[in-house]
Amino acid sequence: MPRSLRVAAVVCGLALLAGACSSSSDSSSSDTTGGDDDATTVGFIYVGPKDDFGYNQAAYEGSEAMAETVDGVELLQAENVPETAESEQVMQDMIDQGAEIIFATSYGHLEFAQNVAERNPDVTFVHQGGLEGDNQLDNVGTYFGTVYEPVYLAGIAAGESTETDTLGYIYAFPIPQTLANINAFTLGAQSVNPDAEVITISTGSWCDPAVQAEAVASLLDQDVDVISQHQDCTKTIIEATEAAGAMTVGYHYDASELAPEGWVTGSEWDWGPLYSDIVETIQAGEFAESDYNGDFRVGLQTGDNPFVQSPFGTMVSEETIALIEEAKQRFIDGGSPFEGVVKNQDGEVVYDEGEQPTYDEVEQMDFFVEGVTGTIG
Amino acid sequence: MLESILVGAVAGGTCMVYAGLGEVCTERSGVINLGTEGSMLCGALTAYAIGITTGNPWLGVVAGMLAGSALSSVHALLVLERGANQIASGLVVTFLGLGVTALFGQNYVGQGVVPLETWDIPGLSELPFLGPVLFQHDPLTYLAFAAVPLTSWVLWRTRAGLVLRAAGEAPEVLEIYGTSARKVRWITVLVGGAMSGLGGAQLSTAATLNWSEGMTVGRGFVAVALVIFAGWKPLNLALGAYLFAGAIAFQLQLQARGWEISRYLLEALPYLLVLVVLALLSRRRIHGGPATLERVFDH
Repeated sequence: MPRSLRVAAVVCGLALLAGACSSSSDSSSSDTTGGDDDATTVGFIYVGPKDDFGYNQAAYEGSEAMAETVDGVELLQAENVPETAESEQVMQDMIDQGAEIIFATSYGHLEFAQNVAERNPDVTFVHQGGLEGDNQLDNVGTYFGTVYEPVYLAGIAAGESTETDTLGYIYAFPIPQTLANINAFTLGAQSVNPDAEVITISTGSWCDPAVQAEAVASLLDQDVDVISQHQDCTKTIIEATEAAGAMTVGYHYDASELAPEGWVTGSEWDWGPLYSDIVETIQAGEFAESDYNGDFRVGLQTGDNPFVQSPFGTMVSEETIALIEEAKQRFIDGGSPFEGVVKNQDGEVVYDEGEQPTYDEVEQMDFFVEGVTGTIG
Repeated sequence: MLESILVGAVAGGTCMVYAGLGEVCTERSGVINLGTEGSMLCGALTAYAIGITTGNPWLGVVAGMLAGSALSSVHALLVLERGANQIASGLVVTFLGLGVTALFGQNYVGQGVVPLETWDIPGLSELPFLGPVLFQHDPLTYLAFAAVPLTSWVLWRTRAGLVLRAAGEAPEVLEIYGTSARKVRWITVLVGGAMSGLGGAQLSTAATLNWSEGMTVGRGFVAVALVIFAGWKPLNLALGAYLFAGAIAFQLQLQARGWEISRYLLEALPYLLVLVVLALLSRRRIHGGPATLERVFDH
């Protein structure tokens, strides 16, 4: 190869490399919609791409729905904002462009949002999924939905649908939110089918499709006929389950098209109404007195849960849907999926008759309920 | 349970067999390429994307091989033309592959690909035990069965194989006979990249029918480790790849059966297994690799 060509090739390679490295900052540039001077400018930052078929897409669609519902809103969006000090720069840029409200939508953005909030007391910051803790600022609040409530309701559908009484749950890591989901799913299934058991498999990764496929096969070997999951990428599990003629309970988004035969139901995010309410509260100047200025947790008890039920499959009967509606009403009236008596795997009572864990307790859940197969440690 | 584990070993091991066979040839010629992981990702995404765009998974597989090869050419440029450190270059190439595929892969997350269908071999697939383990797979899995002895044959029974090994053992001698060792190494790095791309293509279009960011999750690096584990021999490499995938299947089976073993220990099991075998083999072998592996060779 001639020397000049070699040099050109190396330069091309390095340019490609530079392009790859800067990709995250490239795509974090903001775009604006609308142009009303009196509008409230609202900035949204997302940790991932807005079309990830999961958490970030749900938040993005929520922001779009909010902008359509609330009058006079101008949106600023930034994708792939890392959970580092770089996010402070992105938020400050938005404020320099006129943002009066910032939605920081990922768990790791909290600390940085608080830093920017201290420097910009006139701007209101709301953070998704975190807890403000001791660092209470007047212009910062956190919010989240009780994800385990619709998961419990989906468990009812799963418990009614199973013929083997054996359900499967593929998860990544035994963090409290996942354990709460698995437990809620199990308790929901057991509420209509006392024989229901749930076999869990941990993949040790939020997305390893090859292990997911193998995990499905291992569960099917154990006569599992309904599989649910808590993973970032969901397609392999749903398709492998469908191909084997087993049933699926989804998580994060409506994937019913991937499982036309076996789709039972699932749970997905619908942030629009909550975002709208938050923005309207701030527009009205009532943020400081509202529940949003603190650690706000929305569930069926407090109002509309942003985590909602996906469509039901054909195997879910009217009777089952009635049972689900009944349980849902119980939660709206103040009940909890974890209302005692709840026993752990070893048969020890964790919550006594009628006892309900607080939201903080659920966020620190560290055990499997009776009927779950799996080890946490 | 044994049958399920062996089915899982073959299904999960195929992608590492391809990547590992490519790496055996690359290292036999004197270059170590840690960019295998990146080439696998490029192959996985390209095969998936082209498979969706054209509706023909085989076109996707070919494109995936080309993409794996294209990425490995960056490694070849750096180490063969610029004399760059092979370890550093390979790592950078992997991260380049990770970044590029994450960027271009965004639009393909969750899309449906036309799968490489499973081919049940008539008659044989109905055999008890052996049928499901060996004869109910996608065509690329069967091709991997054939690729293992074929690679051995090329390396030890053909003139091309002799030249390839000479490039790794004694490049100066090869040059005396008028063959450029650098040229040989260029070819093996490109072929190795194509094989990794093929492994990635199998992963996305046959094994998982999915593309997601970083979906190889270290299998390319494992393939490189398996080359050493295998003493740079194709048959041993295939056994190692199937062993590793079998260990994953085994630990998932144990979880599904409710064995009360620490899940952290179970997840580490495949790696522990490779480490133990490596340690045992290393006692017997002083160094099974090519004499000039990783040495900067400047002619």
